[in-house]
Amino acid sequence: MASTIFRSLHTNPCLLHTTALLRRKDVILYCTMRSAQTRTAATQDKVKPQVKVAPNIQNKTLEKASKDYEAVIGIETHVQLNTLTKAFCSCPYNYGSLPNTSVCPVCMGLPGALPVLNMKVIESAVKVGLSLNCKLSFNSKFDRKQYFYPDLPKGYQISQFDVPIATGGYIDVDLPLEYGGGHRKFGITRVHMEEDAGKLLHSEGGSYSQESTFPFILLNQRCSTSYKAGVPLLEIVSEPDMRTGIEAAEYAAELQRLVRYLGVSNGNMQEGSLRCDVNISVRPIGHIEFGTKVEIKNLNSFSSVSRAIDYEISRQVLLHSQGEDQEIVQETRLWEEGAQKTVTMRKKEGLADYRYFPEPDLPGVFLTQDYVDGIRNTLPELPETKRRRYEKMGLSMQDVLFLANDVNVAEFFDTTITKGADVKLATNWIMGDIAAYMKNEKLTINEIKLSPQELAELIASIKDGTISGKIGKEIVDPAEIEKMVEKVVSENPKQLEQYRGGKTKLQGYFAGQVMKLSKGKANPGVLNKILLEKLNAKS
Amino acid sequence: MLSTLQPPRSLSHFRTNPTLLLRYTSLKTLSSLSSQPVTHSTLTDQPCSPNPLPHSQILSTRHSLLSRHLTATQLADSFLARLRLTEPHLRSFLHVSDSVLAQARELDEKIQRNEELGPLAGVLVAVKDNICTAEMPSTAGSRVLEGYTPPYDATAVRKIKELGGIVVGKTNLDEFGMGSTTEGSAFQVTANPWDVSRVPGGSSGGSAAAVSARQCMVSLGSDTGGSVRQPASFCGVVGLKPTYGRVSRFGLMAYASSLDVIGCFGTSVADAGILLQAISGHDRLDATSSKREVPDLAAEFVSISSTISKPLKGLRIGLIRETLDGGVDTGVTSAVRSAALHLEELGCSITEVSLPSFSLGLPAYYILASSESSSNLSRYDGVRYGSHVAADELNSQYKDSRAKGFGSEVKRRILTGTYALSAGYYDAYYKRAQQVRTIIRKSFKAALDEHDILISPAAPSAAYKIGEKKNDPLAMYAGDIMTVNVNLAGLPALVLPCGFVEGGSAGLPVGLQMIGAAFDEGKLLKVGHIFEQTLQNCNFVPPLIADELTS
Ligand SMILES: [Zn+2]
Repeated sequence: MASTIFRSLHTNPCLLHTTALLRRKDVILYCTMRSAQTRTAATQDKVKPQVKVAPNIQNKTLEKASKDYEAVIGIETHVQLNTLTKAFCSCPYNYGSLPNTSVCPVCMGLPGALPVLNMKVIESAVKVGLSLNCKLSFNSKFDRKQYFYPDLPKGYQISQFDVPIATGGYIDVDLPLEYGGGHRKFGITRVHMEEDAGKLLHSEGGSYSQESTFPFILLNQRCSTSYKAGVPLLEIVSEPDMRTGIEAAEYAAELQRLVRYLGVSNGNMQEGSLRCDVNISVRPIGHIEFGTKVEIKNLNSFSSVSRAIDYEISRQVLLHSQGEDQEIVQETRLWEEGAQKTVTMRKKEGLADYRYFPEPDLPGVFLTQDYVDGIRNTLPELPETKRRRYEKMGLSMQDVLFLANDVNVAEFFDTTITKGADVKLATNWIMGDIAAYMKNEKLTINEIKLSPQELAELIASIKDGTISGKIGKEIVDPAEIEKMVEKVVSENPKQLEQYRGGKTKLQGYFAGQVMKLSKGKANPGVLNKILLEKLNAKS
Repeated sequence: MLSTLQPPRSLSHFRTNPTLLLRYTSLKTLSSLSSQPVTHSTLTDQPCSPNPLPHSQILSTRHSLLSRHLTATQLADSFLARLRLTEPHLRSFLHVSDSVLAQARELDEKIQRNEELGPLAGVLVAVKDNICTAEMPSTAGSRVLEGYTPPYDATAVRKIKELGGIVVGKTNLDEFGMGSTTEGSAFQVTANPWDVSRVPGGSSGGSAAAVSARQCMVSLGSDTGGSVRQPASFCGVVGLKPTYGRVSRFGLMAYASSLDVIGCFGTSVADAGILLQAISGHDRLDATSSKREVPDLAAEFVSISSTISKPLKGLRIGLIRETLDGGVDTGVTSAVRSAALHLEELGCSITEVSLPSFSLGLPAYYILASSESSSNLSRYDGVRYGSHVAADELNSQYKDSRAKGFGSEVKRRILTGTYALSAGYYDAYYKRAQQVRTIIRKSFKAALDEHDILISPAAPSAAYKIGEKKNDPLAMYAGDIMTVNVNLAGLPALVLPCGFVEGGSAGLPVGLQMIGAAFDEGKLLKVGHIFEQTLQNCNFVPPLIADELTS
């Protein structure tokens, strides 16, 4: 693949006026050809194109049967809020800090300790509620959800039960083009606030894992309080509006974008800051009643959401088509990443009775119109609005999806445009060279040494002819340089003869000719190395 | 203000009382005999003396320290000596601090250096054992917390310490506050100082008995359904249940969070009020604590001028009709009726007021309190604190710890509460109880719009025999009828001794309950203070310590 390099300042006098382009001399921006892969450069959790289905299920019967059934998918998403302190005490919490380092009588559930709501939690909930087009409850409350778990310090979890802070919204999603694209609107049933119970998952095989897959908590530490206990969460419950793994994964990806745009969470799935529990059932097409619902947990990437669902759909469709649908039971299944399949974690015996009742230690949550308006007025432009705006700017859907995917990239792009840069050129630069550079160097757009201002200047210079678009880039590809060297050498047989006769100073002449041919953008090092090989070659 | 060095002007009659000064002088000579119990001024108030009025031990302590009539060490010594003498009979303490004298000596050094003293300097305070103390075990009277010492002080305890108070020890209670006799303690049974064969009431029985027997000057209790007021009535002391939210619950081991309040015991209304003032106010660690400003409660203890014959003129008092119905001992009814007459003599207008929802309070209370307790007590799994039953499997460990760690009354309430909150029963029990609670709150509000204060007995009977109701939980529950409504409505109430019924060697005290509007503790204290200062021919020093003084 051809690679070009931005010339750093000291090697290319042509770029003098864009000196600010690179703040550090040693920074080099790599560029790859624009391809489908570059779209994932800035997105760690992007859905992978391949949807794997375990071979034992993937067969002709299934393929045929799939056409007769549809899946009904709903998702419960837990978003960990980055509120600096826990939901109901002033303990700071951070990923990476050791378990039990930040605990106090409140989050340890010591006798006599009382929860006090962190107001940041309400603010985050209102932001998310508004952004999901929900109706807010101006008068909500907290409830206790009670169950016995080794790691639940108080013996109950503070959550919201019958009056969640936000209800009845929707989210707009653009499906990835690799899967045919298209726009979807998925309903949001509710958004509520709760504390992380820090609970352990128990699979029927006997092993424990934490819901967040965080490695610190082990079974033999059950006597200690989980450091995660009390971390503030929002639970976002979708309507059962999704039909495929891709739709579900894109729904989750959109929620991630949303919370990142809003700055309420880092939305990182690997760390467990965004966790998806999927409810899935299958029914013959045309049927109104839902099939038996199965819950899947332990999904820590969008691709595992997508693959787990597609696996589970296949499993259920197969059972239906073989007349064994009674084998589908209400249960929680665990996605096993290694085996690429779901396994039974625990069977549900009827509805769990959490014995909810209003949390008497916390007063009701009362919102005022002023408070809500204040938050509404400071909401940033949301991903959906941004995408529609980019679309109107004439960008292709591929460009739109890429740019709006990462809030920082979108901001970089927007600022570059604000600084006067041409929309299409700015898009090409960001999606091409910059994205590739970020990918190779494992940097985020905020970490590269190029500011939107500088990019805008560069684009302007190229556009008005001060430098040509190609001059912006240095050629390092040996094959390309070799071609030019060969051309120059073959076109100057006389000088070659003189050189080989001992007039080695003529190397400079040849180099100059090649540089001229390359319009000044051949990398001098590569050029000279190849040139010497050619000049000294025994013909 | 409490923070001033001098006793409040309104209380100057205490300071200038020549008898008080005389008592201090006599104490000085007594204190030289270190082997003998040194007595504080109150102890000269013997039942035979003519009409000795209750006075503030907090203010007289302050006065004797500032005037150097007594040292804090002498005072502490005298109380500890009496505590040691009476404790074998009463068993009111689960733990006695070993640093009382050291703290008193430290205070004496401060006095020597003429340093400023906190308003509770040298005041000896007992604390109910369900209130967390960082340096003393806090068990809530339960095996499940045996040996547990919290890493922090409850806000109320912290405030008392900051104001100079000395915590004498931790008092006995019914396990987690669930009971009305203190027989429900996992560790010991506390006796009533008026008759050691009788219960002190509960659940704050230890705190009430300790104040009654002058083992300490004042004490903290907790009141979820009457747990301060009923033992105050049984032990002949003043018990103050503040408005819900007036005092931080941080550090109070929760029984029923929406009903629990920390309350105060004293031998005078002024002491209960001064202690309340010390512990009141918003606490950022308790979201249900009120942000309302705490008024200067000491201003309510006006001196009674003999020239004013009707100091409570214009005050409208409602006598709750339902509390004088059948089921209430006639002795109690007549003591309360004569208390009403006494209030009338002080200038109040007394009318009977009916609260038709009154009898609904008891079942609603037991459903709500049990429901909340079933949740609040689920943290005691035997894994983290106190009793630990060895078991291989986690679930059986929980079962064993809870089976052996909790007493029968606690288990009964956890089961009741779990049932009431269960799917299918929630609407019929918990939800209906909440509806009843709303009705009760409204009916009290209406009655208090018409009246300044509502009065009733504090309990349907005086103290009964130990063991009498132990195997009859329903009979014990019925005894809470006078008090639970006040918790459901979140109102403040003051109980003060108003008379006697027959029983024991010297009769048994009967308490009068005064219920006020939310956050109007000031009015209760004012009326209570005038009431006690004008009550004739009553002396509420129990025979246990009166006998000891004469022996
Ligand atoms: Zn904490």
